[in-house]
Amino acid sequence: MIEFFVAPLEYGFMLRALIGSVLVGVMCPLVGAYVVTRNLAFMGDALAHAVLPGMVLGFIAGINPAIAAVPTGVAVAVLVRIVSRRAGLSTDTSIGILFAAMFALGLVMLSTSTTIRVDMEDLLLGQLLGISPTSIYVSLGITVAVILGLFALHHWLLFASFDPVGAQVLGRRTNIVDYVFLVMLALVIVIGIQAAGVILVMAMLVTPAATAYLLVRRFVSMMIAAALIGTAAAVTGLYISYHFNLPAGPAMTLVASAIFALAVAFRRRAPV
Amino acid sequence: MNTTHYPHAARMSLQDVTVEFDGHKALSNVTFDVGAGTLMGVVGPNGAGKSTLFNAIAGLLPVRQGKVTLHRVDKGSGALAYVPQRESVNWRFPVTAMDVVMMGRCCRLGWCRRPGKRDRELVDACLCRVGLSDHRSALMTELSGGQRQRVFVARALTQEASVLLLDEAFSGVDAGAQEGLVEVLQTVRNEGRIVLLATHDLTNLAGRFDQVLCLNRRVCACGPPDEVFTSEVMQQLYGAHGVRLTVDGER
Repeated sequence: MIEFFVAPLEYGFMLRALIGSVLVGVMCPLVGAYVVTRNLAFMGDALAHAVLPGMVLGFIAGINPAIAAVPTGVAVAVLVRIVSRRAGLSTDTSIGILFAAMFALGLVMLSTSTTIRVDMEDLLLGQLLGISPTSIYVSLGITVAVILGLFALHHWLLFASFDPVGAQVLGRRTNIVDYVFLVMLALVIVIGIQAAGVILVMAMLVTPAATAYLLVRRFVSMMIAAALIGTAAAVTGLYISYHFNLPAGPAMTLVASAIFALAVAFRRRAPV
Repeated sequence: MNTTHYPHAARMSLQDVTVEFDGHKALSNVTFDVGAGTLMGVVGPNGAGKSTLFNAIAGLLPVRQGKVTLHRVDKGSGALAYVPQRESVNWRFPVTAMDVVMMGRCCRLGWCRRPGKRDRELVDACLCRVGLSDHRSALMTELSGGQRQRVFVARALTQEASVLLLDEAFSGVDAGAQEGLVEVLQTVRNEGRIVLLATHDLTNLAGRFDQVLCLNRRVCACGPPDEVFTSEVMQQLYGAHGVRLTVDGER
């Protein structure tokens, strides 16, 4: 049994993949707890697609795509707010417009570039087993920054999430908090994409948090439970992918989905 | 009222306040004063501009003309507390009564400081004042409409607000709970705070306000309930089908 867990770690790429999966398993669900309770799943999905041009630019410039994608994600997150306010459109509509435009821009850049060779499947489904040491350091740095950010903004985030109007009356900080949260969401998604890809990063962002929502009462407990479920799903999925020769992203997603299905069957929370 | 003993006491005046949406006046030349320690009902039909008035006072909407002035003893932040309409709250967000009341401490806590012993004691004391000590760990979704409103009032108290704005606070609250809520608001008023409560529902409780502002995009009347609830004012508010409401609440 011990062999099942230890043997894969003799390979450097598996050790890096394990660290990467733990980081993603912790970070995505912590932010995902807000995504689920604030109905921001579409925003998360959009950001995952919209960072594509940044990643392509990273490939072209020869820098780590995760680092290059961060400013794009942040810019798109902020743009969504600005477009909704300036054009008087709903957030969903602004997201839909920007997400499609940015993803299309990324695809055009990919198809016209003659200098880069990127496997679209890696981009869409993730390449956890090929994660570089630099990406691990970037992920670690972002994880620490996001956890510190969530800690510092905790009370304002709770207030703005539960009663946005009341929070706005209390101070202009609510706007700053909302922007900072979107920036954190963009950072987390960029890191999640490396593990699970553009499409399946949503599974790490939303599924463990939604599972925790069904099992515990208070929001802080939900964040902790979501991080534990996310880590368990990510690590279990990684081992399954190694031993059964399956792609890592889909394996992690299926484990997270299976845990969610069990939670639905034994749910504690009554529907709101 | 002598306000020197009440750090949260305040006076508020609105002078010629006009708010416009797309060129249409939602509020027109609204002028009135509220003294320290006043429980004021803001009544009027749907679309009369009650929420617009509260949003203008709270700074959520730009005022095209006129000004809102607040004079208060305590110069600290968090002067205004807003109790929102039920629809604007994210009930899916899993917070307890205690969590919500602690939100009132946000502007005093700053960015990174965690709540201390004094904050927790204040939260407990405020929950006790509104009669919800036994419900501190209950989720907001587990509370009745009246209890939820009292939690929001407790939040305003921990915020140490001078002005409480309650938008449609009686909506979805049964008669007994409305009575309980008014009693709580009267004790809050007795500390020199201003309480403004908007309602389109002219129940018996309308006579329990110190002052009533009758609003229909403009001020139709403002004063004690027995002076403003006249058939003429009711007609201005509700048209030909206006109801006659006496101070006793008889229609």
